[in-house]
Amino acid sequence: MTPLAALDPTGAPVGILYIVAFSLFIYGIKLGTHPTSARRGNGIAALGMGVAVATTLAQKGIGNWGIIIAGIVIGSIVGAVASKRVKMTAMPQMVALYNGLGGGAIALIAWSEYRHWIHAGETVSLEILIPTLLAMVIGSISFWGSSIAFGKLQELIPGQPVGLPGQKILNGFLLLALIAGGVALAMNNGPDDFSQPLFIGMLVAAAALGLMVVLPIGGADMPVVIALLNAFTGLSAAAAGIALDNTALIVGGTLVGSSGTILTLEMAKAMNRSVANILFAGFGSPVAGAGGDQEQRPHRSMNAQDAAIQLAYADSVVIVPGYGLAVAQAQHAVREMADELKKKGVSVNYAIHPVAGRMPGHMNVLLAEADVPYEQLKEMDEINPELSQTDVCVVIGANDVTNPAAKTDESSPIYGMPIIEVDQAQQVLVLKRSMSPGFAGIDNDLFYDPKTAMVFGDAKAIVSEIVQELGSL
Amino acid sequence: MDLVTEITILVLAAFVGFEVISKVPTTLHTPLMSQTNAIHGIVLLGGLIVIGYANSTLDEVIGFIAIIFGTINIVGGFMVTDRMLEMFGTKKKAPAPAETSAEAGKDTE
Repeated sequence: MTPLAALDPTGAPVGILYIVAFSLFIYGIKLGTHPTSARRGNGIAALGMGVAVATTLAQKGIGNWGIIIAGIVIGSIVGAVASKRVKMTAMPQMVALYNGLGGGAIALIAWSEYRHWIHAGETVSLEILIPTLLAMVIGSISFWGSSIAFGKLQELIPGQPVGLPGQKILNGFLLLALIAGGVALAMNNGPDDFSQPLFIGMLVAAAALGLMVVLPIGGADMPVVIALLNAFTGLSAAAAGIALDNTALIVGGTLVGSSGTILTLEMAKAMNRSVANILFAGFGSPVAGAGGDQEQRPHRSMNAQDAAIQLAYADSVVIVPGYGLAVAQAQHAVREMADELKKKGVSVNYAIHPVAGRMPGHMNVLLAEADVPYEQLKEMDEINPELSQTDVCVVIGANDVTNPAAKTDESSPIYGMPIIEVDQAQQVLVLKRSMSPGFAGIDNDLFYDPKTAMVFGDAKAIVSEIVQELGSL
Repeated sequence: MDLVTEITILVLAAFVGFEVISKVPTTLHTPLMSQTNAIHGIVLLGGLIVIGYANSTLDEVIGFIAIIFGTINIVGGFMVTDRMLEMFGTKKKAPAPAETSAEAGKDTE
């Protein structure tokens, strides 16, 4: 294999090929700004990855081919099978898992890199030690945090915020310990019996921090958490790139870091909460009281047959889907309902709240899977001004993102959160299992509005029933 | 390469990233995330490099796991993104354009 491993890792050909690779990444993401070109963009980014991997494999000093080939074969098979089998509703878990794997790989690489320096009996320069430690710590936080996020989304562990006494103090202590460990390693950066155990100790402390930070965060905040962990993994890859003098890693990692940061901020904005608030104040706790003092208020309910009639005689219908729609797997039934309505000359659009679903843009993917045309998926800011001219709004499995209290009630925990202004529509149909409050535990005034009718039951069952009724009208 | 050059590259890449990614519409945020997920699989490069100078079983095990993780990241990430974007893409060719233009016509009546 030696003739293949001919390129000098610091030489110009490698540098140039890496420039080709990351240019393809950037161009690929750029094509991702439009749905028609996005698929080609993904292919181009994948091509860039191929260039980067091939360039690395052709470098001098690459060895252990048996392990490399075995690792790539196993990884390819697992990755390919998983990506074919995963359901679109499970995409958030899948992304959390991939995130974790990336973070884990980076932590391991940093560890191995550190062992390499120590083994060579060399003093590790700060220029290498600091990025190595950053890569290890952030990668480890990302791996364990993503594992918890995966567990919550897959419902292997409770989705509710899990609070432990003294958690914040412990987190602060872990963070201080990590900084202290880093400083100790920097002051004593020679190969001795002290630095190796300390490095492993930091690996464990970072793991604990990752677990402790994500564990108390509730399922509804997962879009923010996943985006943030994505940013973390990207940044740790960039740090590893600095430690390894590898430009492809630096640029690739930074791009992911930017993307994760943008998505984190957008998600937080859509919830009107700061990222710090989401991370350090479990949602459930401050509003626990609000759920308790709800009184029985009158509301109107309707059966599927009446709902079908109301929809059939409307001119315009806007469907507001939430995570409940995904849970009930009702996306295909909803699209059939929209088709039936269109046959009757009713215009149908979908209003998508930025945090609907369990990850950024999740609802759009679910509806795209059900063949809903891209043009009918309206963003919140686009649809809100049109809602007052809408005859019927159908809220399916969404709750907090339609709650008018976010606009009117200053004492509400969600006050200030941008909502889909369903209460502006002429008529509202809410498809829901029961009157129980949503994830945030806040009562929704929309349900008691005189123009609102509740249609109780499983979203998929009701919508299918409505489709049948529409067919026979 | 010296540290300052590397940080320069990082900062410029961050600006490019912000510029390009902030133009991605909300609708495509999930595929964007899974695609960037695949891109951070670039850490595979790190795994390939460190396995080259592994000189103990532990180093080989660490490198082996890192390579598997990185490869899953890349292969799985790009493939699942392709699956998603395929769903968005077919919409355009389907009868949808005709329908929407008919609808648009109706609205202006």
